[in-house]
Amino acid sequence: MFDWLMWFTRMDNSKPLALALFFGAFCGILIYVFSGKRRSERLESYKYIPLLDDHLRQPDTGSASDHSQTRKVMDNE
Amino acid sequence: MAQSSALPAEQYNYDIVRKFTIMAMVWAVVGMSVGVYIACELAWPFLNFDIAALTFGRLRPVHTTLVIFGFGGSALFATSYYIVQRTSQARLAFPWVAEFTFWGWSGGVALGAITYMLGLSQGREYAEFEWPLDIAITLVWVSYFAVYVETLRRRSQPHIYVANWFFLAFIVAVALLHIFNNLAVPVSLTKSYSLFAGVQDAMTQWWYGHNAVGFFLTAAFLGMMYYFVPKQAGRPVYSYRLSIIHFWALIFLYMWAGGHHLHWTSLPDWVSTLAATFSILLLMPSWGGMINGIMTLSGAWDKLRSDPIMLFLITSLSFYGMSTFEGPLMSLKSVNALSHYTDWTIGHVHSGALGWVALVSFGSFYHLIPRLYDTKMYSQALIYVHFWLATIGIVLYITALWVAGIGQGLMLRSFDDYGNLAYTFIETVEFMHTPYIWRALGGAFFVSGVLVMVYNMVMTVRAARYEQAAVEAKLTAKLAKA
Repeated sequence: MFDWLMWFTRMDNSKPLALALFFGAFCGILIYVFSGKRRSERLESYKYIPLLDDHLRQPDTGSASDHSQTRKVMDNE
Repeated sequence: MAQSSALPAEQYNYDIVRKFTIMAMVWAVVGMSVGVYIACELAWPFLNFDIAALTFGRLRPVHTTLVIFGFGGSALFATSYYIVQRTSQARLAFPWVAEFTFWGWSGGVALGAITYMLGLSQGREYAEFEWPLDIAITLVWVSYFAVYVETLRRRSQPHIYVANWFFLAFIVAVALLHIFNNLAVPVSLTKSYSLFAGVQDAMTQWWYGHNAVGFFLTAAFLGMMYYFVPKQAGRPVYSYRLSIIHFWALIFLYMWAGGHHLHWTSLPDWVSTLAATFSILLLMPSWGGMINGIMTLSGAWDKLRSDPIMLFLITSLSFYGMSTFEGPLMSLKSVNALSHYTDWTIGHVHSGALGWVALVSFGSFYHLIPRLYDTKMYSQALIYVHFWLATIGIVLYITALWVAGIGQGLMLRSFDDYGNLAYTFIETVEFMHTPYIWRALGGAFFVSGVLVMVYNMVMTVRAARYEQAAVEAKLTAKLAKA
């Protein structure tokens, strides 16, 4: 019943099959990433994530502990 | 456009990041000093003083473990815990579990070094821990995975930034590698035998060994690069789409390349060829990532003149590019026939380990430390001093071992007119004596740079404490007046 599985155990079959699957997956990723203007814009917008975090500080509330947390070094300092 | 939601900075857990950062520098000093000592032992063998614990065979795994897992591992814990919080805009999940990863990891590394000096070792390169420590490390690693994934799950930012992809791939792959490479039958508390035998054992060891380089020393540090290079440059990474291709290509290709460590052995020829082919293919994602990092500075190259941290980061990427060109070259069977079993391999490893891994870590730490302690670095000039000591040290180290390794390889392959070996083995050893001295000197330069960094770091933390105390005193005085 499962004799057809034996086909995969032969290196002559499984190696080109693996090549086709993996190469196909890689081409799929390439097409997905570089096709579509809106998708490209969306993907490229994610590159700003590391630069967003310094704008998220709480304003200085005046207490000593808060002061130390809000006076962080800025980017490029 | 990427979304963000405002979270106050104090909601981040920096305590665990500080601990791992300090421990990384402790391991760097100890591990690299041991490296210089064993480099001296190779040049002047009397330095082992006939003490078993100080012999090269026992100290070498101490050096590799303290530097790779102690320094590199702690640097990765520190930066990954920092990055996952900042890019997810969420506090680190399970703080006690994160605390456990610190004590578990640091304790594991320390115990490993002690057991090696006592002569207890599995004899598997970069995986010398005996089975009880292997189990303990597995528990720490699973905890790390839980903390990381849960923090990502709690993120406020809808998209998972690419640096986290690299860290996650590193955590998952290292778990697989560690478990399968260490499958063994224990015969006592301090001795076990591998579950594999013969060439399968060798293949398992180098599947692990190469991917330890690929996922521990490359993918994870690329995660570090994808966060700290844009942050320090103050501009986004050159291409986010390229980073996606870089990620998928790199993690797919690395897994197949381990066999190139076993060229010209009893490993089946097709496995050897497959490994060499994938190693050549690896050049593309490696250089894609390097270009993506370096081009982040496009339009702001002047920062290299004014910012020593940027110098560290960009130079590290240059060494990454160089060593990922040299690696595929050495994986070719014909080149490997010359390079394997010579010191060229050691030089190659160090151009990656010192040039890429250590420099990107130092650059990231110089960015990180002032932010963790809410101050500025004590001395910019000392960062420049560190940079030049490190760079000169690396160049001395790798050129000395190119001379030693290629010279040794050529001598071992030389035949006279009658087909006899032209040189005896001891003649190759004598030839390598001078390059070994230069190598030790290069290592000493590098360690001096690390000591300068530690001094700069200690003074920075002290200054931060004084500033904090002064602010608190002022506020107390104000409150008392009111």
